[in-house]
Amino acid sequence: MSYLALPFIQKALIAAVLVGLAAPAVGTYLVQRRLALMGDGLGHVALTGVALGFLLGTSPVLTAVIVAALGAVAIELVRAHGKASGDVALAMLFYGGIAGGVLLISLEPGGNTNLLTYLFGSILTVDTQDLVTIGVLAAAVLVVAVGLRRQLFSVCQDEEFARVSGLPVQLLNIILAVTAALTVTVAMRVVGLLLVSALLVVPVAAAQQLTRGFAATMATAMGIGVLVAVGGVLVSYPLDVGPGSLIVVLAIAVFGVTSLVSAVLTRRVRQPA
Amino acid sequence: MTELLPEPVVDVRNASVALGGRGVLHDVSLRLGTGEVVTLLGANGSGKSTLVRAMVGLAPLTGGTVSLFGTPLPRFREWNRLGYLPQRITAASGVPATVREVVAAGRLSGRGLLARFGPTDHAAVDDALDLVGMREHAGQGVGRLSGGQQQRVLIARALAGRPDLLVLDEPMSGVDQESQEAFAAALQRMVAEGTSVLLVLHEPGQLAPMIDRSVVLGEGRVVYVGTSPPASDAHRDADHDFLPPPTGGFGLSSSPLGAPVRP
Repeated sequence: MSYLALPFIQKALIAAVLVGLAAPAVGTYLVQRRLALMGDGLGHVALTGVALGFLLGTSPVLTAVIVAALGAVAIELVRAHGKASGDVALAMLFYGGIAGGVLLISLEPGGNTNLLTYLFGSILTVDTQDLVTIGVLAAAVLVVAVGLRRQLFSVCQDEEFARVSGLPVQLLNIILAVTAALTVTVAMRVVGLLLVSALLVVPVAAAQQLTRGFAATMATAMGIGVLVAVGGVLVSYPLDVGPGSLIVVLAIAVFGVTSLVSAVLTRRVRQPA
Repeated sequence: MTELLPEPVVDVRNASVALGGRGVLHDVSLRLGTGEVVTLLGANGSGKSTLVRAMVGLAPLTGGTVSLFGTPLPRFREWNRLGYLPQRITAASGVPATVREVVAAGRLSGRGLLARFGPTDHAAVDDALDLVGMREHAGQGVGRLSGGQQQRVLIARALAGRPDLLVLDEPMSGVDQESQEAFAAALQRMVAEGTSVLLVLHEPGQLAPMIDRSVVLGEGRVVYVGTSPPASDAHRDADHDFLPPPTGGFGLSSSPLGAPVRP
């Protein structure tokens, strides 16, 4: 494990812990309200933001945050004013995001190979500047996801009841959507935009095989998130494979294990020895 | 008999609601006095749930007004005085939640986003769980409970804010005998403490002795108001799964707080 002394590995590990905590925290609410694929959509939209950043010569992460946040608000408004064509409108936004991103990139003279970094992630190239950005965004995400957990729980559990409680439902929904957009842009450096949603959703799916409560699910999912993100970085370097994809494969493996454990436990309860 | 107070807890005047361009409620008026227990009866599709949803601000009015505790609904902010049970089948959602977590959501009414959850809140959640006889299940996941137990959890959530007014949409639907008894006992205690209650029911059943007034809706209009459930042929035709006891005549008389009735 001598490679642990390498500065880029250390930076990657810090990024892995931050993303491993933040992504499942937000993902728990998305899964709760059965919007598990929202992260995917936001990832698509963020691509336009990344491309815009390249084109304007500014930080792609910054433009991705802005574009993804605007996309998140748009998705939320379409959902809240739920017309029958709501899912079609979402599809437009998602495909528009990918197509807009690719189109903008092709406008840039000489093209840009960096795009692959954002599509598939490259946690090993995270520098100190990136780490600061990831740290600030992850902290903001955690403050919202943990600090507003009772209110967000109520809204995601039963939106109409939350409305009759006098909670600012629309505001909370927009806060959650923007937080999800921040998470997607934080996580894109780690697993890439194409796999972002996996880090939001798979640890939650794995955790809820073993838990009975919401807070317990969120805490367990955050633990699994850190475990697979850190594990992915540690294992990928000696194996010389892409850490982003390995992190997601590990998460799915954990899901497989917890499902199995859950099935065995349920069977034991049904057939006491 | 309930004292006639100047300001009813609920005051619905000439309310109309349209859903998807189709009129669902037409010119419905209903008043609920302090401490009163009123049931809303009627066939499926008669507009009971829509009326209740309009009352709590979930269905926008196309005409008329709703006031709660003397305040017109658009300006109403004292949500902590209202306990609401929506009509639904399950308390579960995409992620597991314990009974206690679901009931605790009932403590957020009328509070700011930064309000802390303190010992008073935990005690209120315990009390609400005791009231519906679910305290021993507090740590369990709601998804694993029976339908009746889930309904009791949602009733506890409505009670957790210690409201002055309970609006309960079909609290007895799909509820087993044990849960029905637990619910009736809980309601009795709330009423004894002065809580006003509006219940949407299919049949009064064992709640009948508590009920001050019944209002029957038919096709979006009030067709009957009386101190006991009606035994009208018209009503029976409209709703085959409602079998009222043969007591009480069909009259268009209303109680002092009753709604104007247009047959």
